[in-house]
Amino acid sequence: MLNSSGPIHCDSRFARPSPEHLDAHRPPLHRGAAALSYFRIRGPSRVISHDDIQVDDNGRLRHFLSIEHLPRELLVEILDHAEGFAVVGDRAVKKVPLLRGKTVVNLFFEPSTRTRTTFELAAKRLSADVLNLSIEASATRKGESLADTLSTLEAMQADMFVVRHQDSGAPEFIARQVAAGISVINAGDGSHAHPTQAMLDMFTIRRHKARFEGLIVAIVGDIAHSRVARSEIHALKTLGVEQIRVVGPRTLLPADVEQLGVKVFNSFDSGIDQADVVIMLRLQQERMQSALLPSGHEYFHTYGLTPARLKRAARDAIVMHPGPINRGIEIDSTVADGPQSVILQQVTHGIAVRMAVMSMTMGSHVPA
Amino acid sequence: MADIAEINVDTLITDIASRVAERIESHGLADPAIIGIRTGGVWLAERLQTLLGMTGPVGELNIAFYRDDFSRIGIHPTVEPSQLPFAIDDRDLLLVDDILFTGRTIRAAMNEIFDYGRPRSITLIVLADRSGRELPIDANIYGTRITLEPDQHVKLLGPDPLRLEICATKP
Repeated sequence: MLNSSGPIHCDSRFARPSPEHLDAHRPPLHRGAAALSYFRIRGPSRVISHDDIQVDDNGRLRHFLSIEHLPRELLVEILDHAEGFAVVGDRAVKKVPLLRGKTVVNLFFEPSTRTRTTFELAAKRLSADVLNLSIEASATRKGESLADTLSTLEAMQADMFVVRHQDSGAPEFIARQVAAGISVINAGDGSHAHPTQAMLDMFTIRRHKARFEGLIVAIVGDIAHSRVARSEIHALKTLGVEQIRVVGPRTLLPADVEQLGVKVFNSFDSGIDQADVVIMLRLQQERMQSALLPSGHEYFHTYGLTPARLKRAARDAIVMHPGPINRGIEIDSTVADGPQSVILQQVTHGIAVRMAVMSMTMGSHVPA
Repeated sequence: MADIAEINVDTLITDIASRVAERIESHGLADPAIIGIRTGGVWLAERLQTLLGMTGPVGELNIAFYRDDFSRIGIHPTVEPSQLPFAIDDRDLLLVDDILFTGRTIRAAMNEIFDYGRPRSITLIVLADRSGRELPIDANIYGTRITLEPDQHVKLLGPDPLRLEICATKP
């Protein structure tokens, strides 16, 4: 039943904490080249603190930049909302009117097909209007600064920026610059974070395993350069799995990885033993040119997921991969297309999870 | 006006069920499907389903994504997602909710239903019809009518037992 006359204390659906002022923490504008270099010099190993900017005074998700520092309740809320949005995809009309009249700008400084299209589809299923901007191919080539691009987009009354950038910290930088009514979602920055990918993986795990407690999760491959792995480790830790394992050659594991609370394995056979979830990472081919790795063939021999290796995992283990997959390098086709693979479900779940994050962040801009 | 404390919800439901049965007969509703609006409407729909001897699943509607107040209060805390495990097209639907107040919930529910398909008809059944309508929507069958002050609010508590309760709006 709808109520037209404001909050009432007998209905928890309307219970909201006291008002807040979104403008209060807006930093002074330092736009332009000097400010840009601010995040360029902050490497992924530096701690980037989002907790002051991602969540508002009422505990609502305002921007979604990193899993780190987010409370478990917020992650569970994202997963619960995503359940509601997942059923929309099964209907005759795969659209709900929630973000009608809002404008979402996909701001991609780094090429991406899968992530951009699922963000685009998520926004469209929420009835928002979507603008896709590939910055590499656009204004910056003509000499326009990032700050001017942002101002231009704000003048077009954009409500949300979905940002993919090759530099760690870029989405946070943008979140600190934009006007109070705008939300920023990180669609992958440098080797720092890819929080929506991590949450769609959590959603996929929850759909298959029901609970996180007691799970053994193995993340396999190029951990050092993977923003996906980083975000997954934070999410898995926050959601309380039993054990997180990272598996890979020493050259592809960050030196301080144990500090994240994971167990390190250089042997795939031991790392996969009894695992409930096996997350394969994409081997970025450019790493091989930098002599971190031998040939693709040799990598497959040591760290490729084959049917024989998968047998060492738990009998009902699921196999995940953020895509795009390199068949015959990190994963055997038989496994990628096999009954334990949930790789294509991850793509479908990505739409629902992104719908959830978009709705939650846009919904935070109303008086509490 | 009925005194809320004296209302026996079970009696109301029995009464509603017999009137629904009459309407199914008189309007020639062949094989109607029943849909409850979460959460109270689903409790009622399940009771009616049993009383009417209907078979098949009860549809459950979560209208959160169709509310008209997103720009005022944001996304609602999650309830279970909608489940309409049957085809809507050309079906006679019995739409059930607990309280009919402003009419906005029913507007949202009908919009959502039409995103699943095109029903042949919708019959609106509510437990209580309270004052304060803001949209041109009325129930085909209601259990009781309640007149309340604008700052009063009535809520169905349940599922077992079902009872109505009045609470005051926050100042």
